[in-house]
Order: sequence, then C-alpha cells, then structure tokens
Amino acid sequence: MTQLTLHVNGRDHAITLGDPDTPLLYVLRDDLALHGPKFGCGLGQCGACSVMVDGQVMRSCTAKAASLKGRKIATLEGLGSPEAPSKVQAAFIAEAAAQCGYCTNGMIMAATALLGRNPQPTEADVRAALTGNLCRCGSHVRVIAAVLRAAREG
Amino acid sequence: MKTVARRAFLQGAAGLVVAFSLPCGARGAPAVLDADSVDAYLAIAPDGGVTVYAGKVDLGTGARVAIRQIVAEELGIQPERIDMVEGDTALTPNQGGTGGSSGIMAGGMQIRQAAATARQGLINLAAAQLKQPAEALDTVDGAVVPRAGGAGIGFGTLVKGGRLDLAVDKNARVKNPDQYTVVGKSLPRPDLPAKLTGRHDYVQDIRVDGMLHARVIRAPAIGARLNDVDATSVAQIPGVRIVRVKDFLAVVAPREWDAIRAMRALRARWGEAKTLPGSAGLFDTVRNTPVARTETLRNVGDTASVFAQAPHVLKATYRWPIQSHASMGPSCAVADIRDGGGKVWTASQGTHRLRQTIAQLLGLDVAKLRLIYKDGSGSYGGNGNDDVAFEAALISRELGRPVRVQWMREDDLGWDPKGPPQLLDLRAALDGSGEVLAWETVAMVPQNNPAPTGTPLIAAVAAGLVDGSGMSSGLTSLNADPPYLFANARTDIKWLATTPLRPSSLRAPGKIGNVFAVESFIDEICAETHADPLAFRLSRVKDPRAIAVLMRVGELMAWTPRQAPRARGGAVLSGRGISYMRYKQAENYVAMGMEVEVERSSGRVRVTRVVCAHDCGLMINPDNVRAQIEGSIIQTISRTLLEEVKFDQSRVTTTDWSSYPILAFPDVPKLEIALIDRPHERPVGVGEASTAPVAAALGNAVFDATGLRLREVPFTPARLKAAFAVSA
Repeated sequence: MTQLTLHVNGRDHAITLGDPDTPLLYVLRDDLALHGPKFGCGLGQCGACSVMVDGQVMRSCTAKAASLKGRKIATLEGLGSPEAPSKVQAAFIAEAAAQCGYCTNGMIMAATALLGRNPQPTEADVRAALTGNLCRCGSHVRVIAAVLRAAREG
Repeated sequence: MKTVARRAFLQGAAGLVVAFSLPCGARGAPAVLDADSVDAYLAIAPDGGVTVYAGKVDLGTGARVAIRQIVAEELGIQPERIDMVEGDTALTPNQGGTGGSSGIMAGGMQIRQAAATARQGLINLAAAQLKQPAEALDTVDGAVVPRAGGAGIGFGTLVKGGRLDLAVDKNARVKNPDQYTVVGKSLPRPDLPAKLTGRHDYVQDIRVDGMLHARVIRAPAIGARLNDVDATSVAQIPGVRIVRVKDFLAVVAPREWDAIRAMRALRARWGEAKTLPGSAGLFDTVRNTPVARTETLRNVGDTASVFAQAPHVLKATYRWPIQSHASMGPSCAVADIRDGGGKVWTASQGTHRLRQTIAQLLGLDVAKLRLIYKDGSGSYGGNGNDDVAFEAALISRELGRPVRVQWMREDDLGWDPKGPPQLLDLRAALDGSGEVLAWETVAMVPQNNPAPTGTPLIAAVAAGLVDGSGMSSGLTSLNADPPYLFANARTDIKWLATTPLRPSSLRAPGKIGNVFAVESFIDEICAETHADPLAFRLSRVKDPRAIAVLMRVGELMAWTPRQAPRARGGAVLSGRGISYMRYKQAENYVAMGMEVEVERSSGRVRVTRVVCAHDCGLMINPDNVRAQIEGSIIQTISRTLLEEVKFDQSRVTTTDWSSYPILAFPDVPKLEIALIDRPHERPVGVGEASTAPVAAALGNAVFDATGLRLREVPFTPARLKAAFAVSA
C-alpha cells in the first residue's frame, strides 16, 4: 500500500494506492468519483483522459498517480460547473461542440492549456494543439469554432 | 436515476398511472408496455409537467431535445416543462432499436401521434368541464384555453391523477407545420452543459454498491479453446477472482486497476485456432465465397440483350474494406443479476431486444430483467455494447454480485462486430454518342440470417450458449442501384453465405460502399463519354428535390462544366468532384461536392473543402441536423482515407489508434452545408444519409486532380503512389 496526498481541483485528497504504479485516471475516477476524465485507450493515444497538471495537459491513463504528489491537478469538474462553466466550457456549450461528448473532456483540456500560453491562437494553432485529441462523432469543426470563440470572448 | 424516481413518485403519490406494464398474455410472454397506448409515451404530473417515455434513445444525436420539441409542439406546452426517459425497459414502450436513422422518422412520429391524441383527449376533458364545444378550445403553455379568451384549465388539473386511457389515434389531427413555433427551432441540447463539465453520468460512470470491476481475457485466436488457467499467476493481486465458463474467461477485483493487472498477469493456456483467411487477399475471399441467395433489387428493360449488342461496354470493380465502429470509449456495462433477474445498465442501441436476448441466453425470467439505458461513448450501429452487457450479466450471475465490465481499447477495435466487406461489379453499355444504354450492378455482401438471439455475442459463443451461426449487417443492398433514369438497368445482390469477421450494422450499412461504387462509376462514364458530371446527373433525374440539391451544390462550388479530368502537373495536384444519391432510394436527397489536394511525392490525399446540399423534409431542430451532417461527412472521410481492419489467420491485428488510425484535427476540411427546409414533407432520419455520397465525391475529386481512378478504399498514400507508378 502506498499512501499519498494528491491536490485535485483545489483540495487535498489522501489516497491509498494498492499498486504504486496505478495510473492517475483510476484514482480520479474510482477513488475521487470524478467523471470528467474518460478511459479511451489507456495508451496515451486519444486524449479522452486528459487532465491539467500545473497548467499543462497530461494524459491521466499513462501518468502514475504516485508521481504527482504536490502537483496541482485539475479535471473537467475543476474548470467549471453547469451553472458556472469556464470560458472554454461556455464556448463549447454555445457552439454545441459535442455529440456524444465522450472525448470532449480532452478537447476542453487541450484548449484551456492552449489559451493559457497563446490567448489569441489562429485556426491553425487550434488544429495543431488538438492534433492528439481524437473524436469519432465528427464534432471537429464545432470544437475549432468553440476554441476560437473562447479566445475571442476571453 | 432522477427521472425514474420521479415516475415512481408520480405513481405512488399522485396515482397518475401510465400503463406501466401490461401482460400480453399469449404463450406466457413477458409483460410489456403497450405501444398502442398514449399512456405508454406520456405522463402528466399534477403540476402539469410532462414526462416523455421514449423507447428509442439519444446517441449524441440530439433526439433528446428534438423529441421534446415534437411533444411540446403537438401538446401545446413549453419544452422546458418536459422531462424524458429513454430506453429503460421497465418504463418505456418498445419502439424498436435506435438504428437506421429511425429515431425521429419512426420513433418521433409515433410519439407525435401520441401527443396529438393526448391533446385531443385533454381538450375533450376540458370541454366537458368548461361546457364549451371542443372546437372552441386550444392548448397553450400546458393548459386548455378557450380560443375566444377567458380562463383555461391546466393539464395537471384536467388529468387529476388519472391516466389518459387513450389508444394512440392514428388519425388524431397533427398541427399544420405553418403554425409551428417550437419545431424547426434550434433549441439547445439539454445534456451538453453537464457533459461538458464532467457532471453527466455515462454508463462508464455507473457505480453500484458492492460492485466488482471485471476485465475479460480474450482468446489469442478467434474460436480458440481454453485449456487451463493458472490461478497462482494472479494470487498476489488483492481480491482477484477468476470467472470461467467453458472458453469464456474473466477476472474481477474490487479495484479497477487490480482487475487490469490481473487481466495482464493471468496465465492461461489456449488451443490453436486458425479460422480466418487473413486480410491480405480479402477480396479474393469475398469473390470466392458461396452465394446463399441472389436477389434482383431492380430490373428495368432488357439489360442482357442490350449488353450483347452494345458497341462499347465499360466495366469496373469496386471494393469496400472491413471497418470498425471505432467508438472513442470502449464498450462498458454494469449488471446486477440475482434471483433469476436483475438489472443491466447499458448503452445498447436496442435495450428491449437485448433484454430478451440476455434473458434467453442466461435462462432468466425476462419479466424480472430490466435494462436501463445510459449514454455511452458514441455508437454508430451495433458496436460492442451488446457484447459487454451480456458479459457483465454473465459474470454477475456467476458471482451473485454487481459487476462492471469495461472493455479495453484492444477489445473494442479487435472484437467489436465489424462493418463487412463489399465487392461490386459494374457494367455500362454505351453508344457512340455517350448515351448509357444499359447499367448493371452485381453487389456481393454477407447475407442477413440472424439467429433468434441476434448477432452471436462473443461471450455467449465462448460459454457454449450459442453456436455462433447467424449474422446480420443491415440493409446493405440499398443504393446499389443508380438513382438515374436509364432505359435498361439491373441490380443483382449476391448475398454471401459467410464473411470473415463477425459483422453488424455500421452506420449507413452498405450504402456508403454502394454509393461509392455507383457514383464513382457514373464519373467514369462521364469521363469516358466527355460529359460534365453535374450536367450528366441533372439530365437524368426528374424529381425536383433531386434537381434542387444538385443545383445547390453546383452553385456553392461555382461549378464549371468539364468534359475530362483537369489532371495536370505539379507537386500538389488539386481537383474537385461531386456525387449524389437519394438515401435508400426513398429518404433524404443529398448532393456533395469536394475539393482535394494530392501530394504527388507522398501520395497523401487531403480534403480541403466539402459542400453538401441536404433535403430531409421537415427539420425538427436544424442545428442538430447540421451536426449530424458534419459528423457523417467527417467520419466517412476518415473511413475513406484511412480505415481498414486487418487480420491474420487468428485474429484482428489493428487494435489501437496507430494501427487503426482515424481522421485527426489537422486533416478536417472546411464544411459548407446547405439545409433545404421542406416543412410539409415528412421528416426522415439524418444520422446516416450524408455519409453515403462522401467516398464517391472524394474519389471523383482525386480523379479530377490526378487522372487516377481509385476503386478501393481506403485511399492510402501507398495506394496512391502505386497508382501514380502504374500511370507513369
């Protein structure tokens, strides 16, 4: 058993890991009951599990929870709520930039990180920042529009 | 859960009984909701709020708001006062599965008729109380009100806790579309704020007290027998249990990561199995497969004698590969089976049918089995959701505990039932002036001979509960015939006895491959006869709706007539192509134009712009229609450029996103969609139609750019380079 404290969505959480190599995703979903990050591939290929760690996007399916002691972790829930969405979430809602919405967590994370380092991205910047985020329903054009809207309205 | 509780509350506290379950009596069949009863679809609470019970579900398509709009419009109530329950077998009538773009076209129209009947019933109730003729009354904002003005009566007061007790009246008058105030508006989807902030419960998020996490251990080869299992290999992982039923093998653990570790650590000995032909010679396999039955889909004139005498015959063969549903989230389900019944939480597209299947396979009392629909990752036909629901039920029954089964990425891409391969031979008889004297399609697709329990579920076969025979992949023969007026035309479907991998319906089953062949071949005929592709099509359709979509695409493309491909030199070649079809020859009219760039050195094809004119009759929610078209186009560009399931003699080998890539952001083109609104025409489904013209428009654009005719999907760089090499 490994004991550690993780700082998630502004709060400290005492965590007990059965296996020291447990990926962050399972801690977030199963121990902290957070549903923003999704299991998509477990291989770091699709982006559905993305979270923010100290303002950078990280794939929680391959990141070991034990390596993230003391880091600031934010999930989709930590960015905003239905009543008070973040500007990126609000832009995604306004553009209806999701169909099933399963992969969208990763898009919102990648967009939030992008706007953090580049508040006025071009469309090409947006596409480049989202290259590693896969979507099967085909919401891409709305996602791009949502990120550009968030930048505009930021 | 919230809505379920609400219904229980309504029944218990207020006594408003909505036909909950009626025994149908015959042959001791299970109790079902009576799909002919208005009360099966609608409940009115004492506060006047309405709950809609829909047997069909929202798969991310927006039906969840569109159905509300339909009911709000017909009933005369604000859409925000409508709650909705979808696909719960204990609460919703069986409206059939959510497939074939039937959510609005069939399911929505059934609910519309129920709402129209309910409205008339409410007016009749009010007429008696207000002592006014029914014709003098209207429904507005949840109340029946005199048209002349004055006090009305709210719906909740009128039904007074009683059921409406009305049979759905097929002749109940529906509203004139000219008076629509809710239908036709792009109301926002109610599920998005929660989905986009992490508050929505997907099926992957369901947790039940005492639940164990399960992972299934797949055989290294399809059909391999399980010889033995070494339990000591996972003994060090806490709480792990092994579940084995014949050749079905799974592990469970209280913690999810432990179940994954156990899945990877478990040592099992499997027998050999080499039952597959391998994907390398796939289309030889298809051509050599015995034909179970030949069906003549269409036969006009006398093609045989025309071909025998034709001065010139053009021939081509088109190939569509095996493809995966490739949902972003691997399939998942939770089951709690005990005492001969229980519950399954599932994202299945057909909960009512799957309930029968699970009950039958596991020997459960179907009346005691409830399937509860929860949103999953997008599904585009029969993906792994039915399989995983059965696996959860099987393991739960074995253990007597609630169990959550989450497929891994390699389960979903490796073991989901696949869109089957298609092979089409086309011939056209041409005269010297460029006229098409005769057309012939011979299409080869797997037969539909479903077993009583549907597509053979992997675990049911492994556990020895079914023999694995029977298959079904949907209406794959449709659109294999051209949508044009040819004097002599014949389309034969050779329904094949078998197909290499277990098939299922994958979005617009068969139609994408068929239209790829038909509309590419039309382009070949145009090039052969020096006809402009747009003018050729326009001169061979009569339906004004067909002409309208073609004209619209021509305008948007600023189409300039051409008699031959414009193929010319340069490192990057650009071209444009068009295609047209009427979905299933009976539904949507869709014309499409595409612009592409082909990089000569790499063979890489990039779509830069897509134009689509789309006529689906009445649009309930235009923005949802647009979203479905966008998704259809992007997903099908992905299937056309990139996707092909590969397999060796034992199993599928394309089991992650690097071996089965899908289209990514940098390669998504600009989309320009023209929605043609026809409020007086019946609404047809929009989830599939605009997929069908994509591959042909793309291939025709590549032909225009390069002079190369691509007759096999996917249009990979390697395939392009090979074609360039041959043409050089």
